[in-house]
Amino acid sequence: MLDVKTTEDQEIMRQLSARENEALAPQQSLAVFFWRRFRKHRMAMVGLVVMAIILLLIVAAPITARYDPNKQNLRNRFAPPSWEHWMGTDQLGRDFWARVIYGGRVSLAVGLLTMLVSTLIGSTVGLLAGFYGGMVDAILMRITDVFLSLPTLFVLLLVTTLLRASRSPVFQPGSFWPIAFIIGALSWMNVARLVRASTLELRERDFVAASRALGVSDFRLLFQHILPNVASPVIVAATLRFAGAIITESGLSFLGMGVQPPTPTWGNLLSNAQTDMINAPWIAIFPGLMIFITVISVNYIGDGLRDALDPRHVMERA
Amino acid sequence: MTQYIIRRLFQSVILLLVLSAIFFALISSVPGGLLSAYSENPDMTPEDLARLRAKYGLDDPVIVRYGKWLMQMARGDFGTSFTSKRPVLVEIRDRLPNTLLLTGVSLLVTLLLAIPLGILSAVKQYSLFDQIATTLTFAGQSLPVFWFGLLLIIIFHVKLGWLPGSGMATLGQPFSLVDRIRHLVLPVTMLALVMAAGYMRYMRSAMLEVIHQDYIRTARAKGQSERMVILKHALRNALVPLVTLVALDIPFLFGGALFTERIFAWPGMGRLYYDAAMKTDYPLLMALLMIVAALIVLSNLLADMLYAYLDPRITYS
Repeated sequence: MLDVKTTEDQEIMRQLSARENEALAPQQSLAVFFWRRFRKHRMAMVGLVVMAIILLLIVAAPITARYDPNKQNLRNRFAPPSWEHWMGTDQLGRDFWARVIYGGRVSLAVGLLTMLVSTLIGSTVGLLAGFYGGMVDAILMRITDVFLSLPTLFVLLLVTTLLRASRSPVFQPGSFWPIAFIIGALSWMNVARLVRASTLELRERDFVAASRALGVSDFRLLFQHILPNVASPVIVAATLRFAGAIITESGLSFLGMGVQPPTPTWGNLLSNAQTDMINAPWIAIFPGLMIFITVISVNYIGDGLRDALDPRHVMERA
Repeated sequence: MTQYIIRRLFQSVILLLVLSAIFFALISSVPGGLLSAYSENPDMTPEDLARLRAKYGLDDPVIVRYGKWLMQMARGDFGTSFTSKRPVLVEIRDRLPNTLLLTGVSLLVTLLLAIPLGILSAVKQYSLFDQIATTLTFAGQSLPVFWFGLLLIIIFHVKLGWLPGSGMATLGQPFSLVDRIRHLVLPVTMLALVMAAGYMRYMRSAMLEVIHQDYIRTARAKGQSERMVILKHALRNALVPLVTLVALDIPFLFGGALFTERIFAWPGMGRLYYDAAMKTDYPLLMALLMIVAALIVLSNLLADMLYAYLDPRITYS
């Protein structure tokens, strides 16, 4: 996270002036307009295609996996990649391709849920702080400061270990949503600051005064009138958060503290790899490769979205 | 400025107090109690557990225990580790130099890579070098650092056998500098290459921003050599944001060490924290969490002060 204030302010200023330009374009062609701009970003398009393929493989896992991911075959342990087993087999003779494909389901689900949680918390905090100002703003921003001072990885490791030590029912093998909620609850601060800064400026605009005069409730004003106007930076931030969440989850699972086996995720497939990689390097290579390909694709998509949603942003990789 | 620093220091102390309360509450909130890890041990009778609870004062309410802990901290006493029965400070003293060595060398390598390559990339914008560098840095920022570590071990330790893949020294050999450096190469590569990717991108865009300023044109107009223009006039200003970024990143080096030290069996603070978390060794956990939190709070302050010091246009009041 590069949080130097001046660049952030510039970014926000850019986003703000961008929005004024957008307002001039006819409404119905907005999506087409953005798509045309997005298409110019070559790597973002490649990322989009790669992500589509990965999603297809994962959604259609029962067909594409070819084997049952939990079926053991102890006579065929550590088989190297071959035509029968595209990614070899693991220490229990399970087909590794099937485990990677099914693992992707959990990894992407965690990423998606984390993104939703952090964007929801961040947008709400940012909207409330920016809109109401004064005490509300001061309190919410102090809370944000506290969260920003938390050593995220250390706290994540602590919370997941404590949950596991307590044998809490929410932390059973196979349940991935606690992890997603915990990561999300620790990573909403940037969105909050982004949304707050935009809201601060938006609330002074005429359309807000007009809505007020018409007697629109604060709730509707915030979520129906102001939120759509801060959407561009939030969409970009959320996309990058999705990529970040996949890395965080896999890191946590790699340390043995994320989603628990036998449910495979790209991260926990790697956590066995350390002991097995001398005999079976493919076990260490493939799950990480999937994480890498997914994350780089999503990051490029985020880059393309930034270019597309912000007309003043220089198109560097045109 | 002095007043500003004093106010910020005061705020930092309050922030750390709030953080310590959060950490304490988190650690104390284990539903099964802090000794639940021990209750799995079949040799532990309920009486033993009760005796342990009494010994560590775990039967007191959380508030009382937090108060006691604060008083201890105020006296500079971090308590005794549950598991090793050694003072927490001794545990940390044994491990801290190892982590500082690893992170210090990594940071040095990162900067030595990122600054020159970032400058080159900016000066030769859109060249082949710039395009390759930009793509590689983007890839580097998407790389899961722990996977990169595993790949390094597979290639350079398992397959090629060039370098050791774990520990700080070869077992049973007397200390030698060459041996230590050989053990440092892979973990440092893992940390430094991934960090360098981010810094290089940053260096490039900071440099690009500066190069287009009027005073650079002035420097060129008065006949300065291109080398002087870049290294003297542009670099000095482009380094300002980078310096603050490094200050902000110092605590995250410790986070990265969590992975590096586990993968390479490096006996440092990251491993100490990991083991403490596994065993819910709460005096040790509290001490380590507070050290990292203090690092974050202080490095934020340091970054702001460096920024004001290096850029005279910025003043705080």
